[in-house]
Amino acid sequence: MGFLGAVIAWFASPAHWSGTGGVPTRLLEHVQISAAALAVAIMVALPIGITLGHYHRFGNLAINVSNVGRAIPSFAILVIAFEIFGLGDIPAFAALTLLAIPPMLTNSYIGVRDVDPEVLDAARGMGMRERRMAFGVELPLAVPLIMAGVKTSAVQVIATATLAAIVAGGGLGRYILDGLGQRDDTQVFAGALLVALLALAVEVSLSGLEQILTPRGLRERTVRVSVGVDPARGRPLKSTSRI
Amino acid sequence: MLLAAFLDASDPWIRWDWFWRHVPEFQLRLVEHVQLTVIAVVLGLVIAAPLGVLASRWRPLRDPLLAVGGILYTIPSLAFFAFFIPFTGLTLATAEIPLVSYTILILLRNTVVGLDGVPADVLDAAQGMGYRPLAMLLRIELPLATPAILAGLRIATVTTIGLVTVTALIGQGGLGSLINTGLIEDFKTPLVVGTVLCVLLALGADLGLAGVERAITPWARQRRA
Repeated sequence: MGFLGAVIAWFASPAHWSGTGGVPTRLLEHVQISAAALAVAIMVALPIGITLGHYHRFGNLAINVSNVGRAIPSFAILVIAFEIFGLGDIPAFAALTLLAIPPMLTNSYIGVRDVDPEVLDAARGMGMRERRMAFGVELPLAVPLIMAGVKTSAVQVIATATLAAIVAGGGLGRYILDGLGQRDDTQVFAGALLVALLALAVEVSLSGLEQILTPRGLRERTVRVSVGVDPARGRPLKSTSRI
Repeated sequence: MLLAAFLDASDPWIRWDWFWRHVPEFQLRLVEHVQLTVIAVVLGLVIAAPLGVLASRWRPLRDPLLAVGGILYTIPSLAFFAFFIPFTGLTLATAEIPLVSYTILILLRNTVVGLDGVPADVLDAAQGMGYRPLAMLLRIELPLATPAILAGLRIATVTTIGLVTVTALIGQGGLGSLINTGLIEDFKTPLVVGTVLCVLLALGADLGLAGVERAITPWARQRRA
């Protein structure tokens, strides 16, 4: 039986599908901690980014936070959180939340700030008030960039949650780390496969959500937004910090 | 509780006596880290630049290449490293294959975007002046795409410096081993040193590349002024 056969046997074994070490449990742990961290980060990052973008204030801060975020390795943030909070889900949750904020903050800031001023003029000319303009014009137009930020953060959180198994004990990363510790290549590979599939599933479903949330008139343009860099400014639209 | 943990005097964030005794190890880890990063970025650039030119020239290649790139980029690094462990073991190759892949993906995108961004009238003018395709690519298109490519190089470099910390978990050294020591021994000094050096390295590389960008694209600076 070759290596591939061993991997298939691993997935076929009922022992790997039940109990605390089973795939469903590990998957649930992984998704739960990632979703919780992402939700909190969204509640922090989007209001700040959108507000700053609306008032065109503190742009350097909003942009540099993601550059600095990219420079700090998530492995280091995890271990620092472990030193502060000890073992468990809390340090992992804290580190994941912290990592998820910068891309969303930067993208929501740029998305709202870069709304075409002529469009806003037109809205004003149509008699819209400030509030209605912010929520009815700026925000919908910024959706593609905001969602690109959410997607970047989500994938990054899923990725770092893999590493978080070091301090949290749960999640799909457990298979990779245990496999490494036990020199069990099959388990390492199976874990890698599960993590990669989860990350892809998250990316695909958020892309779908992005399509739904994007105003119809903008849908073609989302293709361009998903490209990595705005060449005119030489700056990432979709920031790419990750572990 | 948080503050207490942060300020715990019996377990300071840095023990200077330990720090001064381990300076040679820090140097070693830093050099390893730089080596792992440079290999990944240079190999990535060497592969991605021609690939980007091909992809921007030849449409049928472009979308599949970018799509495959996007998918690979989604794979978490620990999983990506783990995929190769059964085949290449705990070796340099296992660390570098994913690192080079990530670099290629970032640079490929930026090369394509940069080449696409060259204005059509510039190309028309060059053609009118008698530029052949190869000369046009080397003397007109690539120089004009340089800011986008360099922006990609900066992102790729900073990202790789962060990712290299994880390769310590597969036994490839670098500053991640200091962080790992901090974790295993529950000892903050190596963790702090490893993190600080890593951040400084990333910021230094970013600033250095920004300087290169300014030096070799003087026209971009004039336009902005």
